[in-house]
Amino acid sequence: MRKLKELIVEKAILICGLASIFFVGLIFLFLLREGLAVFSFITPFKFLAGKSWYPISEPPQLGILPLILGSLLVTFGAAVISIPIGVGCAIYIAEIAPLRIKETLKAGIELLAAIPSVVLGFIGMVTLVPLVKSVFHLPTGLTALSGSIMLAFMAMPTIVSVAEDALYSVPKNYKEGAFALGATHWQTIWRVLLPAASSGIVAAVMLGIGRVIGETMAVMMITGNAAVIPRSILAPVRTLTATIAAEMGEAVVGSEHYFALFAIGIVLFIISFAINVTADLFLHKRQL
Amino acid sequence: MLRKIALFIVSITFAANAFAASGNNSIQVKGSDTMVNLGQAWAEKYMENNPGGFIAVTGGGSGTGLSSLISGTCDIAMSSRNIKEKEITLAQKKGINPEEIKVALDGLAVVVNPKNPVSKLTVDQLAGIFTGRIANWKELGGPDEKIVVLSREVNSGTHVYFKEHVLRKMDPNSKEEFSPAALMLSSSQAIADEVAGNIAAIGYYGMGYISAKQKPVAIAKDEKAPYVEPKISNVINGSYPVSRPLLLYTNGAPQGLVKKFIDFALSKEGQDIVLATDFVPITN
Repeated sequence: MRKLKELIVEKAILICGLASIFFVGLIFLFLLREGLAVFSFITPFKFLAGKSWYPISEPPQLGILPLILGSLLVTFGAAVISIPIGVGCAIYIAEIAPLRIKETLKAGIELLAAIPSVVLGFIGMVTLVPLVKSVFHLPTGLTALSGSIMLAFMAMPTIVSVAEDALYSVPKNYKEGAFALGATHWQTIWRVLLPAASSGIVAAVMLGIGRVIGETMAVMMITGNAAVIPRSILAPVRTLTATIAAEMGEAVVGSEHYFALFAIGIVLFIISFAINVTADLFLHKRQL
Repeated sequence: MLRKIALFIVSITFAANAFAASGNNSIQVKGSDTMVNLGQAWAEKYMENNPGGFIAVTGGGSGTGLSSLISGTCDIAMSSRNIKEKEITLAQKKGINPEEIKVALDGLAVVVNPKNPVSKLTVDQLAGIFTGRIANWKELGGPDEKIVVLSREVNSGTHVYFKEHVLRKMDPNSKEEFSPAALMLSSSQAIADEVAGNIAAIGYYGMGYISAKQKPVAIAKDEKAPYVEPKISNVINGSYPVSRPLLLYTNGAPQGLVKKFIDFALSKEGQDIVLATDFVPITN
């Protein structure tokens, strides 16, 4: 009887485990089925490299190059801001901060992760957008830079917690060895701990970037959503995610526009899949 | 055990029946963001007068409303543009016959920051601004500032209407598009806020959104025509060039609660609500 119970529990857990893979598979199949249909209207090259996005015109122009560049620019900006701050914060928490400050900081960072993105977007719209406009003397503050700054806040919790974890799991004797050889604390951090934890830190950065590129609500509210190829980070951009979110309601099911939005979904899926795989590779490298 | 399951199934069936029955007394109204305040005002007043019927009104954009009507998830679609041929074909394929009812008129106001000296424009100039051919306020007698063009997202009936009537001037062969550099904002309120805070911005929305923080510009059909302010009286007498009908779409001729609700909207009381929400009643 006990064995039977054991067996049932085991199988039930197995089904739970398989279910998630099954659902991912189904989602991907659906995405492919709906998205690839767009290529009966437009060649993949024209879709990916086209410079005009006018989905509801007759005939529609479905070039997503401005959207891809918009997403990449915002993500790049957010990475430049969040990586140094995030990694610095992780080093401070893991190595330098006294216990009490460490606990407060960790709680604060968890709180930052808990803020819904629409709230961050709203705060950005009211405070950051006018600030960017007046600091850089721009015609409008709805720019890629505003999006990058706001998204940096969103990427930071991921980067800090994963990087801190990586630094923490560097074997104690590395550090003790460095001290024994007469290295200062900073020398130990810079020359020993960081290289030893590097793969974990890269994974942290990748996961943070993955969070940024998939973010929708905040960027939709503060980047201006103009589908033009951005010439600087101080120009408005339209991201892949914001395009899907803003237009899905309108798209007539079965139209070219509808399929194109799913195809954008595939592009996003591929980008974040690549980022996650990279992060995974680095994480596993650390364990070997 | 078996009996328990049987009981459970029976009770679920009953619950489902009860739910379906209550469905007859409630309708879903969905669509144009321009009309959502109006729809809600109608629904509130109607439910106050006729307890027992429940009317839920949500926005999302004209396209969203029409596609819900087509997929059968709402009973009435609110739309600030006419239904497209494509949408009719699609609806008929799914066994739905969209029926159009005109319930009000709306003037589209073009607004700038109150500090901007420009206060009147022709339709041609507007087309130039919104397509990006005119890029600086200097060319229109304003300050030497780059024009920041604000538009609604493509799911907005206001966006489609503005493109067809101002940018393309009703010419079906015209290929004019909004400038790619135009900022796409997700609501009329977002446009109102940006115009209020940005001296170089220009945007458009339904007259109901005009406040003291924005300045509506007077518009002339062409250079010889008089400049007309976006006012209710000017929309009624037809002199304001950028006005449009507000429409409701139903599946087939309205029946039951849908019909009662639409009759209410067209009644004297309903049309007074139209006026109270800053739209223009249809003159019978």
